[in-house]
Amino acid sequence: MLSIGLGHYLTLAAIIFTIGIVGIFLNRKNIIVILMSIELILLAVNINLVSFSIFINDLSGQVFTLFILTVAAAEAAIGLAIIVVYYRNSGTIRVEEIDRLKG
Amino acid sequence: MIAHAIVFYIFSLIAIVSAIMVTVSKNTVNSVFFLILDFISISCLFIMIGAEFLGMIMLIVYVGAVAVLFLFVVMMLNVAQQKNEWFNSSGRSSHIPVGLLVSIIIFFELIIVVGGWKYKPDLLDSIAIEINTDLTNTQSLGSVIYTDYIHLFQLSGMVLLVAMIGAIVLTFRQRSGVKRQSYFKQISRDRKDGIELVDVENNKGVKIDA
Repeated sequence: MLSIGLGHYLTLAAIIFTIGIVGIFLNRKNIIVILMSIELILLAVNINLVSFSIFINDLSGQVFTLFILTVAAAEAAIGLAIIVVYYRNSGTIRVEEIDRLKG
Repeated sequence: MIAHAIVFYIFSLIAIVSAIMVTVSKNTVNSVFFLILDFISISCLFIMIGAEFLGMIMLIVYVGAVAVLFLFVVMMLNVAQQKNEWFNSSGRSSHIPVGLLVSIIIFFELIIVVGGWKYKPDLLDSIAIEINTDLTNTQSLGSVIYTDYIHLFQLSGMVLLVAMIGAIVLTFRQRSGVKRQSYFKQISRDRKDGIELVDVENNKGVKIDA
């Protein structure tokens, strides 16, 4: 309990990952919160990679965390741009009302 | 060792609670603030186990850029109040039990994988972490990124460039009816577009804008 090992970090990452997935399922009103949940999931993946990299003493995990950070930033920028455009065109970003594709 | 454990539990507790608050808080602005808190505590954890560079980069990228972008969009679109009434929504919430079930199953699968693992003994304790004291984390990362991973590094730069161009192209809007300066038109007009020579008759004057 008092000696913190790899398993503790992996458990923390699993918990945050699950919270992210729950957030995607529960938030049906606001697409911005869904994007934030995706950020949480990516954060959990980052925790996994960094803790493995530290405990195994191999730097490539941290390098790939850097790449995931890049992709997450790009994804947030593009996603928010799409949301802004959609809001400008249709006046709402409620997830239930975005049904133009009849999915 | 005990100090490490205490700090780990404090930061991970803050991270988990703020992650929950991101998903359940009623106001979207509060969600963004809790997201910032989450990132800060996770980057504290990163710094604590010896990945200082990534911790600092997380602070800069997530708190400094991504979260502020979220905050900006939330405030600009005026959607702060239209948040979830999912716990008292009427009838149409049949996806919630299924979603919760799927999430719980995923969580237990992850826990089974983590818990059923047979760890090497030096992975069980953070004391075994070797932190190289004559080469900082930033230096060693840099010596790897710019040699072994140079192509991937360049590619991630391309990803950022494409994202920047895409965001600009998506949100660019050509408004009609706005008078703006066009340098090309200004430079390329010649004398006979601008000046008209008229023979003015006596006592008649000239009609402009004919």
